[in-house]
Parts: sequence; structure tokens; C-alpha cells
Amino acid sequence: MAVLVIAEHDNATLSSATLNAVTAGAELAELGPVTVLVAGEGCRAAAEAAALVAGVAKVLCADDAVYAHFLAENVAALVVGLAADYSHLVAAATTTGKNVMPRIAALLDVAQVSEISAVVDADTFVRPIYAGNALATVSSNDAIKVITVRGTAFEPAAAGGGNAAIKEIAAAGDAGLSAFVSQELTKSERPELTSAGVIISGGRGMQSGENFALIEEIADKLGAAVGASRAAVDAGFVPNDYQVGQTGKVVAPELYIAVGISGAIQHLAGMKDSKVIVAINKDAEAPIFQVADYGIVADLFKALPELSAELDKEA
Amino acid sequence: MKVLVAVKRVIDFNVKIRVKADNTGVETANVKMSMNPFDEIAVEEGVRLREAGTASELVVVSLGVEQCRETIRTALAMGADRGILVHTDAELQPLAVAKLLKAVIGRESPDLVILGKQAIDDDSNQTGQMLAALMGWPQGTFASNIGLGDAGAAEVTREVDGGLETVSLELPAVITTDLRLNEPRYASLPNIMKAKKKTIDTVTPEELDVDVAPRLVTLKVEEPPKRQAGVIVDSIPDLVQRLRNEAKVI
Ligand SMILES: Cc1cc2nc3c(=O)[nH]c(=O)nc-3n(C[C@H](O)[C@H](O)[C@H](O)COP(=O)(O)OP(=O)(O)OC[C@H]3O[C@@H](n4cnc5c(N)ncnc54)[C@H](O)[C@@H]3O)c2cc1C
Ligand SMILES: Nc1ncnc2c1ncn2[C@@H]1O[C@H](COP(=O)(O)O)[C@@H](O)[C@H]1O
Repeated sequence: MAVLVIAEHDNATLSSATLNAVTAGAELAELGPVTVLVAGEGCRAAAEAAALVAGVAKVLCADDAVYAHFLAENVAALVVGLAADYSHLVAAATTTGKNVMPRIAALLDVAQVSEISAVVDADTFVRPIYAGNALATVSSNDAIKVITVRGTAFEPAAAGGGNAAIKEIAAAGDAGLSAFVSQELTKSERPELTSAGVIISGGRGMQSGENFALIEEIADKLGAAVGASRAAVDAGFVPNDYQVGQTGKVVAPELYIAVGISGAIQHLAGMKDSKVIVAINKDAEAPIFQVADYGIVADLFKALPELSAELDKEA
Repeated sequence: MKVLVAVKRVIDFNVKIRVKADNTGVETANVKMSMNPFDEIAVEEGVRLREAGTASELVVVSLGVEQCRETIRTALAMGADRGILVHTDAELQPLAVAKLLKAVIGRESPDLVILGKQAIDDDSNQTGQMLAALMGWPQGTFASNIGLGDAGAAEVTREVDGGLETVSLELPAVITTDLRLNEPRYASLPNIMKAKKKTIDTVTPEELDVDVAPRLVTLKVEEPPKRQAGVIVDSIPDLVQRLRNEAKVI
């Protein structure tokens, strides 16, 4: 088995989801080597970071302007050129991985196995379907397995301890089909949603974007990330990348606090694997209480300021 | 320009799904079926382009069993011009769907193809990207805005993990929809009546000369472990005390 993990990075560091994907890759490879591909522009530092990751045997670095924005058309052409040397091509099931991996699979005329949550053996994987309401065990007969990995299901590989060789590889050219125009990234000093230990999310019950200040105040006291339901995002209270759920981000922190969120299956799909769930909702019948370890039936506009004050008190 | 939209028939998003006792799949008998919500958004986008005069024709295609005709009818009632059913009782996986859509594109020559980003049954999130690859076209996935200005290009704003990204695509292209692209309309009664007169052509995978044999074999389908409901605490101090001392998470 030879596994190629396609890294997601900001040219300096690897994304935390890539470290989860390396762990899945190592399980697939068993005793075989895991190679990491770092494609970007000015990405040498990210390649060096990848070389230090425990379990990584080799790093391929494709440093070229055509990979600056990781356009699927260009990255897929690069990976397809490398694919013959590998039994498994693996990436995190982030928007980046979801964008590029199916394109690679189709060019290789193989299936993709989306968002695996467990490795059974080199050909067999478990993946959630129907918003996580069922788990399918699937087996692939294709010569090359193209896989995306659900980050919350695999521990991150240690960022240090490895000592892989870095090989510079040539770019595969510009497909000339698409071009990057602009981006609007959400700036936050808080931890990233998918790797945060604590998350506090607000729903439609928050009533406005301004009221999210109540949630942010608690997030800052707990060192938490802030998330949201689709309803809160659709209403414009918070940016789209806050959305947790079937079609947003999948998270599994130590502590997830759901505030003014009813607990629709599509929301539960993104957070029900959290270790401890707290729900604050004024409706005692809200389905979120069926998955919550601790529930408070209360008006959030009373409960949140009280919670904030209580956190200031000595333990 | 001509726009093609793919619509999948799936278990309605409101249905609480049940895993079959023999672990071969999920219960679909007597279960409400609907158009995949992301595909409703794709149809709506196509209808708006049609109404704006940007699109000259909007064709919808669904692949699968005979009942997919109903899904096509819904799209026709929303405002699509005509439908195509790729009729098969075989299990269709994303790569096979992409190959069939490629064959349909070969017959129809659309300038823009819009799919949902994800079908809410298999949650694959693959077909649009695969289709773009097979066509050698660019892809604009997870779109929250589509701008069709001039000169044969589309500007697509994409919902990505860090926020939003805008890319420019040469046409023809494949675009997949995210939730915030638009709010799909309900078909009005007169439009439902009108839709009955619109044509739906039928073809088969054999006629399109596409091998749809599944590449993945489903060995079993199980229910995920159930979470137990916990306790209702009656005060915030009690909650904080338990999070500190019992759960030890803060
Ligand atoms: C295809 C598809 C994909 C979807 N994907 C997602 C997804 O990824 N993530 C997601 O979250 N949703 C998703 N949804 C939407 C989902 O079905 C629900 O509509 C959504 O999660 C509801 O958000 P909510 O709980 O904030 O709002 P609501 O369901 O309206 O609940 C608001 C809650 O707030 C409580 N409340 C109101 N005021 C107060 C107060 N003052 N104090 C305390 N409690 C209060 C109410 O009792 C209620 O329970 C998807 C839907 C579809 C069709
Ligand atoms: N059987 C089908 N018929 C029509 N469209 C489909 C079918 N399967 C997938 N699609 C399209 O592909 C999108 C993504 O599906 P998937 O890759 O399965 O998550 C859907 O939103 C549809 O637009």
C-alpha cells in the first residue's frame, strides 16, 4: 500500500484537518509509507511542516503560481499525473478536499469514497449517509481508492517527530479553464471550528447578529469557537462558515453548547459526536434536549448573561 | 444560452429515516420522496436565468426509476421548459450519473450545467465535480452567487470553510449549488397545470451506451450509536458546577 495525502495548507502550516487525514492514511498504509503532497505558491514552509508530521515518509512539494488558489482544475491535473504510484489518494473532507477529489477520481475512472469515518481494511470503509442517520460499510474494487476523511473520526497526527525527505516536483501547467477572482475570509482570533475543544453555537433564537455578542463573550471566557445553525446563517446573523451540520461543518469538541437551536436532524448531523452537549432552549420539547447531556429550559437572554457571570467566579 | 439542471429524487428531508432490519439499506417503502433540496435551488437558479432572458432554454434531467418523472414534473412546474428521464432500475453511483449526464450533454450541448452540491441521501458531494472532469470543463462548486456577465464566462462565489471565494469560469461549465444561492419558489396551480403539457423524453443507459455498473459495494448499513438524553439542570450555577466537576470539560 502506498498512500498519497493531498495537504490543505496556507503555504506556512498544514490545516488541522490534514493531520486527521494523515492518521487515516497511516491506518490505510499500515506499514507502508505515507507521502504528503503540498501544492501551492511559496509553500516551502508548509512542505517543511509536513515533513515533521509523525508518520509521514515523504513530502512532494509542487511550488508554482498555478497552485496559488488550489483551483480544482489545476490541482487535479497534477495529482492524476502522480496517481500511478499510489494505491490510495486521501484528503480531508473539507470544502477544499470535496472540491478537488471527485475531479481526480473521475479523471482516473474510479469511484470516490466520501467522508469516511472508519477504515475497516485497505478496500473497506465506513461512511455516514442520510445526515449521519445511517452508517454504510462500503468496499471498493477500483485499483486506486480516492477517499475523503471526516476529521472528527480520526485523531490528528502529531505535528512533530517526523523527519521526511522533501522532493520538489514540477507543476503540471495551467488548465486555463478557471481563474481566482477574490476571497472574503472571515477573520477571527478564536479557535477554528473544526479543531476547537469547546464550541458555543447560536440559532434562530438569538434573533439578531448583535445578540451574538452574548455568545462571543462566553466563547472568549471558555476559549471557544463560535458556531451557528443554518437558520442563524440564513438570517444573516453570522457568516456562512459558522454553519454546523449536514451541509456545513462537522464538529466533535469536548463541549458543545447549543443556544436557541431546536435540534433539527441536519444540525445534529454536524455535532452529535461531541463529547458533552449542553442545550439552552426555552422550549422543553425541543429535540436538542434528546441529545443533550445537560439541558437548561430557559430564556437565553437571561441564561447567557448569568452563565457569563458564573464563569467569572472561582471554581 | 441553454441551461441543463440535474434533479434527483430522494427521501424527503423531513422524514426520519429507518435502517432496514436486515441491514441492507434504509426503508424506502411508503416513505415520502421529494426533489433533493439542493436541486430545487439549481432549478430555481435556472428559472431565474430563463426569466431574465439570459437562458433561452432550461432542460431538466433526472436519472433513475420511473417515479423520477414526478420530480421532473415538479421542476417543469417551477418553470423548466422540458425534461429528460434517464430511465433505469439499476443502482446509480455518482461516477455513473456523471457519465450518463455527459452522454446527455453530448446530445443537448448546454452552455451551463447546474447540479446540487450534494444529494441528501448518499451525501456524496461528487457528481458535479466528476461531470466537470469528464467534460474537461471548469467547475464552480458550492455556489452562493452566479454572475453571468459577458464574454462566455461565469463568475461564481463559493461557500468555502474560511468564508467566501470567487472564481471565474470559462463557459461551458458545471456549477453546484449551496443553500444560500436562492430561495426556491413553490409552483403555482396554473403552472402545475401547464407543466402537464410539457414534454419529458425518456432514454436508457443502454441507448446512451454508458456502463453504470457500481464501483462500490455496500456490505451493510447500520444505525449509528444512539445518544442518551441527559439531565435537565435547574440553574446556571448547577450547570457550571457540573461542567467543572462532573464532566470536567471547563
Ligand atoms: C438540505 C438541507 C440542509 C440543511 N443543512 C443544515 C445544516 O448544515 N445545519 C443546520 O443547522 N441546519 C441545516 N438545515 C436546516 C434545518 O433543517 C433547520 O431548519 C435549522 O437547523 C433550524 O435552525 P434553528 O434551530 O436555529 O431554528 P429553529 O428550528 O427555528 O429553532 C429555534 C429554537 O430557538 C428557541 N428559542 C427561541 N427563542 C428563544 C429564547 N429567547 N431563549 C431560548 N430559546 C429560544 C426555540 O424554542 C427553538 O427551539 C438544513 C436543511 C435542509 C433542507
Ligand atoms: N440520479 C440522479 N438524477 C439526477 N441528478 C442526480 C442524480 N444523482 C446525483 N445527481 C445530481 O448530483 C448532485 C450531487 O449528488 P451527489 O454527488 O450524489 O451528492 C445532486 O444534487 C444532483 O443535482
